[in-house]
Amino acid sequence: MSILIGRDTRLVVQGITGREGEFHSRAMLEYGTPLVAGMTPGKGGQRVLDNRVPVFNTVAEAVAETGANTSCIFVPAAGAPDAVLEAVGSGIRTIFCITEGIPALDMVPVVEEVRRAGARLIGPNCPGATSPGRAKVGIIPGSVHREGRVGVVSRSGTLTYEAVQAMTDAGIGQSTCVGIGGDPIIGTTFLDVLQLFAADDETEALVLIGEIGGSAEEEAAAWAGQHLPDRPKVAFIAGRTAPEGRRMGHAGAIISGGRGTAQSKVDALEAAGFRVAGSPTEIPALLRQAGVA
Amino acid sequence: MKIQEADAKTLLLAQGLPVPPWEVARTVADTRAAADRFFAAGNEMVVIKAQVLVGGRGKAGGVKLARSAAEAEAVAGAILGMSIKGITVRKVLVAPAADIVREFYLSAVLDRSARRILLMASAEGGVEIEQVAVDHPEAIVTLHADPALGLMDWQARALAFRLGLGAHLRQAVGIAKGVVRTMLANDADLVEINPLAIVRERAADGSTVERLAALDAKVTIDDSALARHPELEAMRDLDEEDPTDLEARAAGISFIKLDGTIGCMVNGAGLAMTTMDLVKRAGGEPANFLDIGGGARADKVAAATRLILADPNVRAILVNIFGGITRGDEVARGLIEARSVQERSVPMVVRIVGTNAEEAQRLLRAANFQTAVSLDEAARKAVAAAGSAGAAA
Repeated sequence: MSILIGRDTRLVVQGITGREGEFHSRAMLEYGTPLVAGMTPGKGGQRVLDNRVPVFNTVAEAVAETGANTSCIFVPAAGAPDAVLEAVGSGIRTIFCITEGIPALDMVPVVEEVRRAGARLIGPNCPGATSPGRAKVGIIPGSVHREGRVGVVSRSGTLTYEAVQAMTDAGIGQSTCVGIGGDPIIGTTFLDVLQLFAADDETEALVLIGEIGGSAEEEAAAWAGQHLPDRPKVAFIAGRTAPEGRRMGHAGAIISGGRGTAQSKVDALEAAGFRVAGSPTEIPALLRQAGVA
Repeated sequence: MKIQEADAKTLLLAQGLPVPPWEVARTVADTRAAADRFFAAGNEMVVIKAQVLVGGRGKAGGVKLARSAAEAEAVAGAILGMSIKGITVRKVLVAPAADIVREFYLSAVLDRSARRILLMASAEGGVEIEQVAVDHPEAIVTLHADPALGLMDWQARALAFRLGLGAHLRQAVGIAKGVVRTMLANDADLVEINPLAIVRERAADGSTVERLAALDAKVTIDDSALARHPELEAMRDLDEEDPTDLEARAAGISFIKLDGTIGCMVNGAGLAMTTMDLVKRAGGEPANFLDIGGGARADKVAAATRLILADPNVRAILVNIFGGITRGDEVARGLIEARSVQERSVPMVVRIVGTNAEEAQRLLRAANFQTAVSLDEAARKAVAAAGSAGAAA
């Protein structure tokens, strides 16, 4: 299988007629993603991307007409929380929110509603996910991937591309790569994704790419150490040189009160049996050492 | 965005929290005049507090009491202009000194794990909560506000009783709810009252009464929400900002100045941190964190180059771009253009991979830029270049 997205994915893109939405929708379609619908209020009835994708006024119509079951959101920050709620309210159960710059408190009730409805939100401020050879949802360049059996989860965008490219160059393919997003309040955590990978029979090994701030890496490490002792596990943590009290670009990347340091994360990961790389380029070699063929 | 104590108190007051009066003064004379007004109003003592956006003011000697106008003048003379953790004190807050019976700690923060607003309180006020967490974790009372219903009265009452504030129940409930309201109304990441104190005051009839008062306040605002709070943007303290911060914000670049010699220009926050880490690993020190963001074009690259070169310590620049939305050839053109107008010449090592990387390589080679293929190689080359540039200088 793969996780989150795969052969059964039927994708609707919310905000497909915007600049970013259209650009990345084209790339998703070219990758072979089953992109079945677009949605922009007031643009219903149009067809975009060389006439290949119908646009609807509401997500509910897109679901009714095309059987869409997954959504990808490119709506600007002011409207993105509502876009997530519309997807939930229209029966979509897997929602990727690419939008960055959403005020954190806006996401608190949204994440709660997603949970209550039994849906899954990935992001916001995330690059999306790719199940190589099957589907790509979001903005990760398709060219960095290769089909395989390593599951990758990361808080970052370009850093993930860097790490995945290094794996691909070394001949190590991926089952699914998931970017969970760099914001303080996100729908899906490292731990959630590790649990999904644990249940996936095609994912043999795990790569976790974290960064300073919060304690999500520590929480995921503790779980993996206990539940996946025999699975090869490699990690990388960005921000060893980051000063305390300064937000390093990502809203969530901040060391405060001595918590959220790279060292605390590295220690927790190593204690849980992860091999921690000093550079993203070392990830492939560590995977081989851990027994990945 | 951090705001000063005086501004934080304004936000608390707007939500009906009990904050004793204060004045802000930028000169010794104004401090004396403010103190005089508080003495004339019947106060016996004032507190004068340095207004800086860093912690540890008290330990640094930035908080002092005064019993007379003359003493206030002397204290202001000592505090104004002093340096606290590298920040020059340019203003002080003057307020009547409270007669403190007991101190508490109360704050609201975003709990990332629970994805809710977390209220934290302790009967050990006046000290840093991080220290209490280490020494007496059992002394910290926590509870989550409901994502939809907010902080309910019964939760606030339970909090008050656990802190031993039963005698001040009505006021304590109002304050706890007011802290959450302050957070929501201003899109704050943090609202902290430390200390929240029971203070003794003289009533009109001469008897003494005890009530709760917020004696200090700290609020930080979610940067992502500033666009919809222009009144809060006005609270940004430009006194404590490096001029480069302003230019970076205007250009839409995420920039943090550090102490090293190797300037970094990267797309993406995680990759930017990684690039800094690899510079350090190769034996150098990064001069900055800089994320040019996704889809950056030539003008942004030029602005980023200016920001980096504004730091006289920079001896080499490392450019690391993983093209996705960002096109490598655009960045290369921006670098070539920036170099043609820059006043100071430092060695530059450029690594561009991903979208349009081949075209970028061609442009950079033709313009005699030093290039690198891998990230580790780029870091090593930049460290070497900074070393030889340093030796030559």
